[in-house]
This record gives sequence, C-alpha cells and structure tokens, in this order.
Amino acid sequence: MLPIRNAIKRSGFVRQKTVNAVVRYIFMMVLAFLLFGIILLISGKDPIQSYKDIFSSTLGSAYGFSEVIVIMTPLLLTALAVALPSRIILINVGVEGQLYMGACFATWGALAFGDLPAGILVPLMILLGMIGGSLWAFIPGYLRAMGIVNETITTLLLNSVAPMIVSFFIFGFWHSPMDTNKTPNFSPSARLPTLFNTRIDLSLVFALVLLTLFWLVMKYTRWGLEMKAIGGNPQAARRNGIPVKLYLISIMCIGGAIAGLAGMAQVSGFYGVLLANFSRGIGFMGFLISWLAGGSPLGIILTSFVISIIISGGNLLQLTINLPYAAINVLLAFTLFVVLARPNFLTQRKEA
Amino acid sequence: MLTPPPSASKTPPMISMREISKSFPGVLANDRIDFDIFRSEIHSLLGENGAGKSTLMKILYGFYRADSGRILLDGKPVAIQSPNDARAVQIGMVFQDFTLIPAFSVAENIALFLPDLDTIVDLKAVSRWIEEMSARYGLRVNPDAMVYELSIGEQQKVEILKLILSNSRLLILDEPTRVLAPHEVDALFQVLYSIRQDGYAIILITHKIKEVLECADRITVLRNGGVAGSLVRSNASEDKLVKMMFGRKLSGLKTGKKVIREETALPILELQNVHSHGEGAETNLEDIDLKVYPGEIVGIAGVSGNGQRELGDVVLGMIKCVKGTKHLFGKDVTNSSIQKLRRSLVGFIPENPLTMAAAPFMTVLENMAVTKTWHYALQGGLTMDWQAIKADVENTMERLGFSFSLNIPARSLSGGNLQRMIIVRELTHDPRLIIASYLTRGLDVQSTIAARQALIQARGGGAGVLLISEDLEELFLLSDRLIVLYGGRIVGSFKPEETNFYEVGHLMTGSEVQNAANT
Repeated sequence: MLPIRNAIKRSGFVRQKTVNAVVRYIFMMVLAFLLFGIILLISGKDPIQSYKDIFSSTLGSAYGFSEVIVIMTPLLLTALAVALPSRIILINVGVEGQLYMGACFATWGALAFGDLPAGILVPLMILLGMIGGSLWAFIPGYLRAMGIVNETITTLLLNSVAPMIVSFFIFGFWHSPMDTNKTPNFSPSARLPTLFNTRIDLSLVFALVLLTLFWLVMKYTRWGLEMKAIGGNPQAARRNGIPVKLYLISIMCIGGAIAGLAGMAQVSGFYGVLLANFSRGIGFMGFLISWLAGGSPLGIILTSFVISIIISGGNLLQLTINLPYAAINVLLAFTLFVVLARPNFLTQRKEA
Repeated sequence: MLTPPPSASKTPPMISMREISKSFPGVLANDRIDFDIFRSEIHSLLGENGAGKSTLMKILYGFYRADSGRILLDGKPVAIQSPNDARAVQIGMVFQDFTLIPAFSVAENIALFLPDLDTIVDLKAVSRWIEEMSARYGLRVNPDAMVYELSIGEQQKVEILKLILSNSRLLILDEPTRVLAPHEVDALFQVLYSIRQDGYAIILITHKIKEVLECADRITVLRNGGVAGSLVRSNASEDKLVKMMFGRKLSGLKTGKKVIREETALPILELQNVHSHGEGAETNLEDIDLKVYPGEIVGIAGVSGNGQRELGDVVLGMIKCVKGTKHLFGKDVTNSSIQKLRRSLVGFIPENPLTMAAAPFMTVLENMAVTKTWHYALQGGLTMDWQAIKADVENTMERLGFSFSLNIPARSLSGGNLQRMIIVRELTHDPRLIIASYLTRGLDVQSTIAARQALIQARGGGAGVLLISEDLEELFLLSDRLIVLYGGRIVGSFKPEETNFYEVGHLMTGSEVQNAANT
C-alpha cells in the first residue's frame, strides 16, 4: 500500500516537474523572441511579419521543413561529439577541428578511390572520416589522460590547426583546376545517398541511431555505469578500479570519431566537394547545443531543431527583408542568454 | 534540575540557552534544548555523532540561526546572528579543523584575529603579549615560529591563545582531543584547568566518556537532538553516561580468539623498502617495510597527515612507489593497475567516503556496483545484473545489521550511512586484503561494533587487514600488530600487549627522541 502511494506521489511530482520545465523553456523562447523583436523594430522591420516569415518558411512547407532537417543533421552529430565526452567531464571544444580532419580523411578516400562502387566507397569514407576525427581527438585525450595538459585547451588550440591542414591539401595536392578554394567534385559513388527526394541525407539516420545508442549505453550497460562513476567522482572511480585513463582516451577518440563522421557527411552528403572553411562553426554550435541540452539525447534533438529553425529562418530573412545575417546571430545569442540565465519565474518556492 | 557547580552557586549563569530548536531538512537537530554555562567551569557536551552537539554550539557561535529559542547573556537576551556577534559577547570557538594560516607566524596569526588591531601592526608587542599569556596558562609556543612548523598539539595551543588574547571569556572546543596523542590530551586538560581558575568558561564537545569524567565539572548529555540529562561530575559514572547517551545498555564487541598465524605463511601483502613521492600537500613515504599475514589485523597509528592516507593509496596503487617493491600473495604488483588489485579482492575503505569512494549523484545501488562492474556484467557488458547486486548487498547489510535505502542518490545519505554504504560495499565479496582507514568515522556506537565485528570476522576467514586509525583505543582493541607512522616513516612496530598508549602516543607525535634525551 505504502510503496504504491509513494510511487503515485512521485510520478505526480515528476509530471509536475516536466510541465514546469516545458512551460519554462517555452517562456524562455518567447522572451528571446520578444527581445529580438525590439531589435527588429529598431532596425525598422516589422517583427510580426518577420516571425511569420520565419515560421512559414521553415515549418509551413515540406520543403522548408526538410531544409531545417538538413541544417539540423550535422548539429546532432557535433552535439553528440561533445555530449559523450562530457559524461566523464571531458570538455571537448575541439569538435570543429575533428570535423575538419574527418572531412579531410574522407575526401582522400573519395579522391583516391573514386572508381569504387558506392556500396564500398561510402562505408570506406565513413570509416576514414571517423578515423580522421578520432586521431585528432586522440592527441588531447592522451595528453589529458597522462595528466600533461587539460583537454579544454588542447582541443581549442587544435581547432585552428585542422582547417589549415585542410587548406594545405586543397591548395596543394587536391587542387581543382577550375576553382580556387575547393577540390574537384566527388564522383557520384562518393556521395551519401539522400532521402525522400530532398537534400536530407543518410547521415540523419546515423545521427539518430547514434543518439539512441548513446542513450541506451548510458542507461543499461556496464560502460555507461562506469562512465557515470567517472563523471560522478573521478577520484573515487579510480580507487574503485575503473580504468579511468583508458576511458579518457577512448571516449575522447569516440567523440572525435563522431565529429569526423559529421565532417564526412558534410563533404560527402551536403557539398559533394571539400571546400576550405566549409564548416562555418558547426562544431562550435554543437558545443553550445550539447551544453544547453545538458548532454541529454532528447534535449540535443529538441535544441538542435529550434536552433536550425532560427538559422534557416534567418537565411530567409536575409533574402526577403534584407536583414543582415549578423542579426540572426543576435537572435541566437539572445536565445543562449535567456536559456543560460534560466530565469526562475515559476518556481519561486523555497529552495534549500 | 540543573545544578550549578559549587564554586558558582551564587552567580547566575554566563550564558543560558533556552528552548533552542533547529531543524534541517528531514532532521530535527535540536529539540527545545536548555543549556547553561557558568563562569569558571568546564562544561562537557557529550553525545554521539548526530546527537546535535555541534549544531547547538554552532548556534551559540552564530554559525546557524536557531528556528526558535533564546540565548541569554547574564540574564539578558542577546541576538547572536553571526560569529562576529558571538565574538562581541566574548564567545570564541576552536573548530575541529583549525583556521590558522600555515605560512604566517604564530604572532601574525594571532594579530590577525585581534578585534582592535592597530593600523600599523606592532608584532613585537603582540609577541610579548603572547609570551606573557602563554607562560601564565602553560600554553608555551614560540610567537615567531611559522604555523606549518608546529605540531597539531601546538597549533591547538595557538588557537586557544588566539581566543584568550581576543578577549573571549567562553571558549567552545569542538572535539579537541580528536587529533591529540594521550600525553597531549593530559597537557590540554592542564591548560583548561588553569584557564578555568581565571574565570573562563569552557565548553568541551566530545563523545569520549573517559575524558569527560576526567576533566569536566558538569556534563550535559544530548541524545537525538534533545537533552538526555545534565549532571555534576561527582554524580556521574561511566555506566550512567552510557545509558544517557544511548538510552540502553550496549552489547559488547566479541574480539574473539586471535588466530595464531604461522610465521611461514605467505604474507598477503608485503611492502619492501617502499618510497613514494607526495604531490602538493601529500606526505612522502620513506623506507616502508610492512607485511600483512593472512588472519592478521595490522594497525597503523599516526596523527593525520603523517602518511597514513598515502600508505593506503600506495597499497592500492593510486600513488606510485618510486622505489621498493609491493607484493600481493607473493606476486609482484609494484606497477599493477588498481583494477588488477581490485580484482585480486582488495577492499578499500578510505578516510573520506564521499570524496574518495562514492559518486554523490549516483544511487546507492549504482555506487555498490562500481567496484565490481566486471563481476555483474551480463552479455559482455550490455546490461548489468541489478538483481544480483541487490541480493549481494542486502545479504551483507543483513549480516552487519545495517539498513539504508538503496534507491536514493548517495549524496542524500547521512555521513554515517555513507560510511555504512562503503563498508557494506567493500566487505561484500569476502576480500582477501582490506585496507580500512578510519573505519568507524561517523558511525554510532552500535554500528561501530558491527563494523569492527565484521573486520574480526574477515580476519577469522583468513583475510589480512590494514587498519589505519587515529583512535588508539580502536587500534589496541583490534590490532594483532601495531605500526606507528610519523613523517612518512615507520617509527615503531609492536604487539599491542607489549606497549601502551603513552609510548605509542609519543612516537606518533615524534617526541620520543626528546624524551630519550631528557632521561
């Protein structure tokens, strides 16, 4: 009798908490949009019309929606590349660099083995991309595990190195005779298949599968438990016989591999060619998304979706009402501020 | 109800606390407590861990605000809302963890604490004053000595001097004997007697009945947040106090027959000439030779900070041996991973369960599983056998007579339950070697007996135990062999029946050499 009553009480409590959280996040979004509305007003645009445009262009049509998903796909992967290491308190700021290295390795596969059929070449490129990303992540992971340098610093510093390596290859060995800043276009067999006749490619499936796997691993497996233990108290985990160093290195590498996969998907799926500076901050955006979402898989999907709407709508506003793209960054920044500040309107009750 | 001490029968109490209540989430720490302290008395506040002693005194010192109740100074109500207020009405407190700045000299530390410090500090005057006062009360310290050079006992003297010089008339000492060797305890009591003569009031928070009977004028016993009784020392006896503290008589510890070990047996653990290099505040271990045989409890005595923690960590492999070798069951494990040692059934109960052994946000059950993930993994690790973990844990809990919830985050356990959790976890799989530091920290008397019984049981089953403790009574009670650590070196090795508290105490504080020189 008593356990049942407790369970009911607890489930009610949990439901109440979820409702509060949802209301709170909606409220935060509204606040961000209100603030941005003021900016729009100041710059002489009609905020209501702008917002209408944003939503009708993204959620209002199948095409618009598919474009949102296209933007969201790499963000899911890069956010996961941050969220996984964050579970054992590794701060992977280097997704951007790992993404470039993944793209670089995958491009080598595409250019060197362009004659292979897609059924072999694409998996090969996926493998190469993941190897590239994980090798790049191995450096900070190893240095951290040996207690030499903090991974936050090394991953950040390596970010500016990776694009240069990419540029080195683009402007050197892989230079396309026609263009200045890209490689030759990939052969059709080096392209990731697209889905539903849209620009959405197969990497969306990878991302969703990986996010689900991430959730399952953390919830059910021995490795998830050990990672939780490391994240909960690294010192205690070491004393309890969990191979912390091994985890630090391998989880960092897996994170890098996921980032590399995102890079591979960008060149193979989205562009079909390796461009210098192709990423435009996908890695950093993934970092933000992961932290906003608290590293939870569902949170990553929701946050990525919202941010993709803003980005996609911003692209449109640029065209229709001639809004500078920087203004969209202002909206993104507002969103971040409001979410990070987590204004506490609903729960005014005592907190011990 | 409250009998004032004979010397003060006509004066009103200096401080009266009336109907003090204080609750924390889930606990009523103080329940309408009345407490009086007179001038010129040593008043002992006795009670188990969690009885509410520290809470009551922290209310008096302004650290906590009482939920209800009044504090009267000489019969007039006062509001004490911060330690500053407390100091303004001449109340001072010495905490368990001292608050001195190690890089400053004694005089500088004391000068910093003085309420009316001049803009330009005349350290010479402060030093003279320190010398004057320290001579008067037998608190000899060198004002120019750096605090980091002082022993724990000397640091305590500085803390007391600090309060006296800053005009405190009521000194609250929180478990002052915890870190002291027996001869230092005697010296502390002498100091307290001489301070008492000059009209100071002293509150001694403790849970050691023997000390209370030795030095207190009056004793107030707290139990479960309430006053269990208040006695003048002449009316008190050990039995009476035990009964007040626990509300019942306690079943004793069955130490059992010590197994006579064969000298030829292979030691479970053998350290040879081990050196370690301490980082930061850690102590360097030097030249440690140590053997633990099956069926033996080896006690490690030493004042905290003399290498005990490092010794435990060296055995486990947290700290590397820079020199020397470590053998487990005859196998060289000098450079083996912690994982390998854990798999060879080494149990480890560290001195601080929360920071050193548990993940606070994981549930108790999850914490139970993390030392043995390989044992409980199913399908190569895809799932965990939570049923088996639960069964094993509940089995051990029943054996030890502990009970606590398994499905709540570890951080919501009380200190005592956290310690119980670690003890249960580390004893669940019949470890062959148990490294136990401060085994009974935070435990009530009943659980203390159960935990010690469990160690004795493990010894009976042929396990080796390395018992690290500051509590000499515990070490003498349980150990088959006793080793004293001082400054990271082994300075003595005895059978408990061949030595006594004082000898060990002197070795622990490094004063043996001077004594030998004196005699």
